[in-house]
Amino acid sequence: MPILWLRVALVCYGVGLLYALVALTRATDLLARIALHAAYLGMIFQIVSLSESASAAPQMTLLAVHNLEAFLALLIMAAFMIVYAIYRTTSPGIVVFPLVFLLTFLASTGQQPFLFSPAANRGWLLVHISFILAGYAALVLSFGASLLYLIQERSLKSKHLGGLFSRLPALEVMDEIGLRSLLLGFPFMTVGLIVGMALAQQTFGDINFLDPKIFLSLLMWAVYMVLLYTRWSSGWRGRRAAYLASGAFAAAVIAWAANTIHRFGAS
Amino acid sequence: MNFQLIGVNHNTAPVEVREKLAVPESRLPEAMKRLASYPGVEEAVIFSTCNRVELLTQTKNGRADLRAFLREYFQLDPADFAPHLYERAGNEAIRHLFRVASSLDSMIVGEPQILGQVKDAYATARAVGAVHSQLDLLLTRAFAVAKRVRTETAVGSSAVSVASVAVELAKKIFGSLQGKHVYLVGAGKMSELAARHLLAHGAESIFVVNRTHERAAQLAAKFGGEAIRFEELYETCDRADIVITSTGAPHAIFRREHGELFLNRRKNRPMFFIDIAVPRDVDAEMNKLDGIFVYDIDDLQQAVTAHVASRQEEADRAEAIINVEVERFQARLQARDVVPTIVSLQDHLETIRQAEIDRARGRLGSLTREQELALDSLTRGIVNKIMHTPISTLKTAARESEATTIVDVVRRLFNLQGKSAAANAAKLAAKKEDKG
Repeated sequence: MPILWLRVALVCYGVGLLYALVALTRATDLLARIALHAAYLGMIFQIVSLSESASAAPQMTLLAVHNLEAFLALLIMAAFMIVYAIYRTTSPGIVVFPLVFLLTFLASTGQQPFLFSPAANRGWLLVHISFILAGYAALVLSFGASLLYLIQERSLKSKHLGGLFSRLPALEVMDEIGLRSLLLGFPFMTVGLIVGMALAQQTFGDINFLDPKIFLSLLMWAVYMVLLYTRWSSGWRGRRAAYLASGAFAAAVIAWAANTIHRFGAS
Repeated sequence: MNFQLIGVNHNTAPVEVREKLAVPESRLPEAMKRLASYPGVEEAVIFSTCNRVELLTQTKNGRADLRAFLREYFQLDPADFAPHLYERAGNEAIRHLFRVASSLDSMIVGEPQILGQVKDAYATARAVGAVHSQLDLLLTRAFAVAKRVRTETAVGSSAVSVASVAVELAKKIFGSLQGKHVYLVGAGKMSELAARHLLAHGAESIFVVNRTHERAAQLAAKFGGEAIRFEELYETCDRADIVITSTGAPHAIFRREHGELFLNRRKNRPMFFIDIAVPRDVDAEMNKLDGIFVYDIDDLQQAVTAHVASRQEEADRAEAIINVEVERFQARLQARDVVPTIVSLQDHLETIRQAEIDRARGRLGSLTREQELALDSLTRGIVNKIMHTPISTLKTAARESEATTIVDVVRRLFNLQGKSAAANAAKLAAKKEDKG
């Protein structure tokens, strides 16, 4: 049953994906509204799906990759909705919807192997995973905003004011969304990583910093911190900040990939 | 009607050439007087704005050497400016003036400033007596035409939309204009308009910087803003989120290093430069800086074009109005020539007829009443029959372009020079005006 609900959610996000594709070429007020409602529905189905699988196997839920993906998708959607509530713009959806669709699609393709060794402390593991995922969601949104910032900035500079330009929110708004989601995501990411470290040490005794997963996670966190620091100290913003946010996102994607491929403690 | 016009504008000449031919306001009266007394010229007016320098004259035979005047007056090598000159004569000169006054020939089509500039030039020319009869008629008509174009078409709204495009772009960059500071560098109509729009959309404060501090203070008072000395521009400009520049400076006053300085001080918060000056006040290099957006007048104009799809349609309608007005004015000028000629011709013949009747009466002795009437109708009939063709030819000619020539011939043939023709003309013109 959880898979069924997830697939229904996938269809809902599909509408969002359609919006994202159409919005690149023309103004779609109606479709934006439909996509928004579809996204609400999708989130509800996803919550249903997740809570069903949680009630079936409370301890296992977040340990399976497909559930992780679904949970991340849900968090990203939640972040998107928060941005919508504040800024009244669905534009980040252009980046967010395809990503959420992809994650949900991967999650709904079926059971995938467990990611974590069940030996670890379950409670803290949950904290670790959900905090890291929240950090990821914020990073995704920040990346989306940065991408749109770059598009918007380019059209402003080159003075080609048609097309997508007319529908994107203001540069400053994009910049702010990017910064705020970074700020919001950073504590989650940090706490998640610290808890993860503690768990690893507790479980395996020693932390191997050359382990690709740990190494990449720390690298991502470092990029994240540099990003925040430059913005805060020297007022790095605009194009450079957007590039850096994209870099942080890339590091995050690699770290995620390393996580799913490289099972902790299994090697 | 021998209107002759020569000049350069933003389309034909780069700013370096326009600068050389520009006549400063203080020297305009003297220049107009000199042109009006130039060989072959009867009346003259000179328009000198940042986008055009034009000499408009009424000449004796349409062959005044205006190029020679330019050469002599400005003491320039003709090679410097001759390739950029355009000349218009007769109808084309009328059309050109109408287009200029209606702001169809402006760099920003529909901008409201040009009409005021033409009116100022007219006032100056009148004051020094350089304009008194035909040019006077032409210029006053041009003002009426400009008014008609403004009220009957949407051409004028395009200049307003430059201001609103500026606002829209500012919103694209800053989101809301709430709390944003605007610097006006140089005080012109267009920048005033843009500032007004920005304020109306929530911009917080206006700072005015101008070379003449009084003018800055004046404008600042208008907006409830603050006037800033020109020397303090670079020191304080990093406060500004939006900078509107419209100075007459020949070189860029904002260069890349200034931009870098501002960004540094502002912690990279973005700045938006709206450059409506020609030549440009902001170096194009500035636009390459991350966080600085520069739009010059061409960019804004392009954005307007993109926005107003019907702009061409409006311009076409304005041109149609001008065509009609050119014809109407031409007809009026010619009628002005023809009607008094017909009147004085009739007067002239009537005088001859009366004289001949008187002489005949002397020879014939006393006549009966019937005979008197017969004599009168006989002579009247002869005069009318003979005059029928010439008069109808004159009337037809009034509607065609060769009127001046025919009127000239008739006047010479019948020796009608001088007399009360001018007075009649004035009377008739006044009558026509009432009816029209």
